[in-house]
Amino acid sequence: MPAPIRLRELIRTIRTARTQAEEREMIQKECAAIRSSFREEDNTYRCRNVAKLLYMHMLGYPAHFGQLECLKLIASQKFTDKRIGYLGAMLLLDERQDVHLLMTNCIKNDLNHSTQYVQGVALCTLGCMGSAEMCRDLAGEVEKLLKTSNSYLRKKAALCAVHVIRKVPELMEMFLPATKNLLNEKNHGVLHTSVVLLTEMCERSPDMLAHFRKLVPQLVRILKNLIMSGYSPEHDVSGISDPFLQVRILRLLRILGKGDDDSSEAMNDILAQVATNTETSKNVGNAILYETVLTIMDIKSESGLRVLAINILGRFLLNNDKNIRYVALTSLLKTVQTDHNAVQRHRSTIVDCLKDLDVSIKRRAMELSFALVNGNNVRGMMKELLHFLDMCDPEFKADCASGIFLAAEKYAPSKRWHIDTIMKVLTTAGSYVRDDSVPNLIQLITNSVEMHSYTVQRLYKAVLDDISQQPLVQVASWCMGEYGDLLVSGQCEEEEPIHVTEDEVLDVLEGVLVSNLSSPITRGYALTAIMKLSTRFSSVNRIKRVVSIYGSSIDVELQQRAVEYNALFKKYDHMRSALLERMPIMEKTTTNGPTEILHTNGEAEPSVRDSKHPPNIPQPSSQANDLLDLLGGNDVVPVIQTELPTKPASSGGELLDLLGDLSLSGVPAPAAPISVSQPTFLLDGISSQPLFNDVAGAIPPMTAYNKNGLKIDFTFERSNSNPNVSVITIHASNLTEVDMADFVFQAAVPKTFQLQLLSPSSNVVPGLNKGTVTQVIKVLNPQKQQLRMRIKLTYTHKGSSVQDLAEVNNFPTQSWQ
Amino acid sequence: MIKAILIFNNHGKPRLSKFYEHYTEDTEQQIIRETFHLVSKRDDNVCNFLEGGMLIGGSDNKLIYRHYATLYFVFCVDSSESELGILDLIQVFVETLDKCFENVCELDLIFHMDKVHNILSEMVMGGMVLETNMNEIITQVDAQNKMEKSEAGIAGAPARAVSAVKNMNLPEIPRNINIGDISIKVPNLPSFK
Repeated sequence: MPAPIRLRELIRTIRTARTQAEEREMIQKECAAIRSSFREEDNTYRCRNVAKLLYMHMLGYPAHFGQLECLKLIASQKFTDKRIGYLGAMLLLDERQDVHLLMTNCIKNDLNHSTQYVQGVALCTLGCMGSAEMCRDLAGEVEKLLKTSNSYLRKKAALCAVHVIRKVPELMEMFLPATKNLLNEKNHGVLHTSVVLLTEMCERSPDMLAHFRKLVPQLVRILKNLIMSGYSPEHDVSGISDPFLQVRILRLLRILGKGDDDSSEAMNDILAQVATNTETSKNVGNAILYETVLTIMDIKSESGLRVLAINILGRFLLNNDKNIRYVALTSLLKTVQTDHNAVQRHRSTIVDCLKDLDVSIKRRAMELSFALVNGNNVRGMMKELLHFLDMCDPEFKADCASGIFLAAEKYAPSKRWHIDTIMKVLTTAGSYVRDDSVPNLIQLITNSVEMHSYTVQRLYKAVLDDISQQPLVQVASWCMGEYGDLLVSGQCEEEEPIHVTEDEVLDVLEGVLVSNLSSPITRGYALTAIMKLSTRFSSVNRIKRVVSIYGSSIDVELQQRAVEYNALFKKYDHMRSALLERMPIMEKTTTNGPTEILHTNGEAEPSVRDSKHPPNIPQPSSQANDLLDLLGGNDVVPVIQTELPTKPASSGGELLDLLGDLSLSGVPAPAAPISVSQPTFLLDGISSQPLFNDVAGAIPPMTAYNKNGLKIDFTFERSNSNPNVSVITIHASNLTEVDMADFVFQAAVPKTFQLQLLSPSSNVVPGLNKGTVTQVIKVLNPQKQQLRMRIKLTYTHKGSSVQDLAEVNNFPTQSWQ
Repeated sequence: MIKAILIFNNHGKPRLSKFYEHYTEDTEQQIIRETFHLVSKRDDNVCNFLEGGMLIGGSDNKLIYRHYATLYFVFCVDSSESELGILDLIQVFVETLDKCFENVCELDLIFHMDKVHNILSEMVMGGMVLETNMNEIITQVDAQNKMEKSEAGIAGAPARAVSAVKNMNLPEIPRNINIGDISIKVPNLPSFK
């Protein structure tokens, strides 16, 4: 078989390939040749073959069949072989292949080789890809080499030790004695790697950190020598003596001085010296200065030094070199929390950086600008930031918009300014705004009562121009629905009122409904807005028409809404005005929208915020008639939801039926519990606790019913969080000898109240007063009327079923006032 | 810690790739491609720092690169390295290559990939900077190359002849060879900045 071609020829051949396919062909051919050569166990050409294999690996072709060959090369005696073998091991092998453990013995022998270069290559490989097991086995050898006088090996051993510590942190103590003399070296290479080793140890263990603090004076001395020494051709880089070592030492000083007063004091002088003496014309000097600044900021330096550091950063900002500016912005971002005032001085420069062409600089400047906004400069900064929002790339817009909202919320000087700013953001970057900002904005608008007409007018104008930006359209539809009457009436204090007719408003909303640009959520908003206008506008017929059209829409959400609104028109017209009243002021529970809980006193607010709502169990709207009334379920487990019911009509229906159909026979005891998805009871925040530790007040209990041996007592509590809510606990006890089984308690209240029944403790009332059945009733009494209740009891006693009705009127005044 | 060192040309072809953290072969190639995409989009007068791509660790890692003629030198580092320091390191690396290969160009890197690896392993070990003194590095590399040559036997004869000529201490090549009416200007080979 002819001698395998040299690496050079292979490369030359591959370069002549014109297409990827040709290249692949050549490589495959060569791979086959290499494989057969490997099979022949040819020692002379193995190293050549592996070299070629590595080249092909770099181009991206699979080369795993060469792994064992690398091991064979490592075991060879020739340096050439070893070198390529180790290189191959570093490139092809890693700790996931079991093969790598075979290397351990070879490396061990090579670490004790007579030639320093062999030792060096072995150390290099161990330091690059040594696995935990290998490190454990060979740590002793590494430690021995760390103490050798050969500086070439010593520096390699130091870095290898770092790798060992990273892989097996427990071995750190082993290297401790060897570190004693490391800093006494003259050789910069060894110094450099020793500092790296010390840094690694200090970062990993606070004990080591304390131990090495005593080295601070020595480090300061070394640094001083570096700065003061004249020109030394060996270590010079652009006129500065070994900047890499200086940077490393500064970093180690930072770690040692953090939080420690004594060390920080020892460093103050040298830091000041470095900061003032370093030449800043080249990148090298700036690198050192940058590191110095970071160190000054991290340790407990005196204030003069800190001011010096920030000024250096400020000078960096004005530098022409982009890299320097980038670096300055990054470090200012880190320090803005602690030294806010000092950074403020450079605000104008930072704002100028927003206009830079470089993407990285723009991003840093934007983040820093947001950090610098405060009550004094908010107007100016906002102007700049809004301008930036307009001009920037799409990747920034979302972050910028959120940042502007947050800043505006915190520092808005006036409500009008706040609303103006929000409008501007919505119109410039409307489609990039986060989903949860829509509810936030709506809440903000609702709360600024005096601005309603101004807001709705501006939103109307904006929507006339452009309906493609969903958040804008959503907010606008909501506002038009709520404040449409203000819009049409033409009153506006802040601005010149515009003349808008009802039809124009409805046109716009219908336009949103039919447009292709609108998302389903936006359509939902629009439909609800139209519905709300039915109580505010006079052209009800048009609205009725629109609503009935959507009753057969393909979109299930829209269809459901439309059908319910239709029902509202038809059957429950008398309730419509009450349901569609103006929204009250909303309380904010958190600063992030989705968990917002709205009070709606009896008003059904069907505008679901967004799809983040957990899906309500969909109920066909025919249930609006059937209702799930409270007199129905046996095990009614009402889930008190904090979200809003989407079935306004059904809750209205229930209230009706509570008093209407208390037909004795009519109420079946349903076998299956009817799933309650909508709360008939809108509580705020008292979510899932059935009872609250509230003022148990001095409300006396009362006996509601006492007949045939069944006695029912009511005990009362008032809720702290909502004064309109009373909690009644019934206690049913049985004075007869026989138990009462299948006990069901039902209650009904007049229209103005709302009732919620929780599940009873049990169905059996044991006889002879041996126990009681308790059940909790919650009553919402917004109008503070006299509480009246009709109760219905069913149970089985002595084999026969008993039913009874009663009225309870003698509620104590404290329970409902 | 340095996560990876990549050298590729203006078309994205890798000329050197060294990873100090383990990735599968596929991932390595993807990283090279992704890095090339990120870096080639950059203008020439923007800063030399970029956030790392998704594959190489996202925004925790930075790409620090320098563009020399037809080659991009990219170092992917994490936050423990000083960005400006790495820029200087790239400069030292290129200058070392220049010294070792005499006015290095892309072809040198292509045909002597193993030598470039050897030089690199004298500078960076296990993701950490080992030696930054150019002369020191070159001395070590030369010594090791000598060892290799002494083992090479007969196959190394041509290489030995070439190095013998190089070491012959010829007088300096005159810039301008003037033979009567013919004036030949010796081109000034571009040096790397």
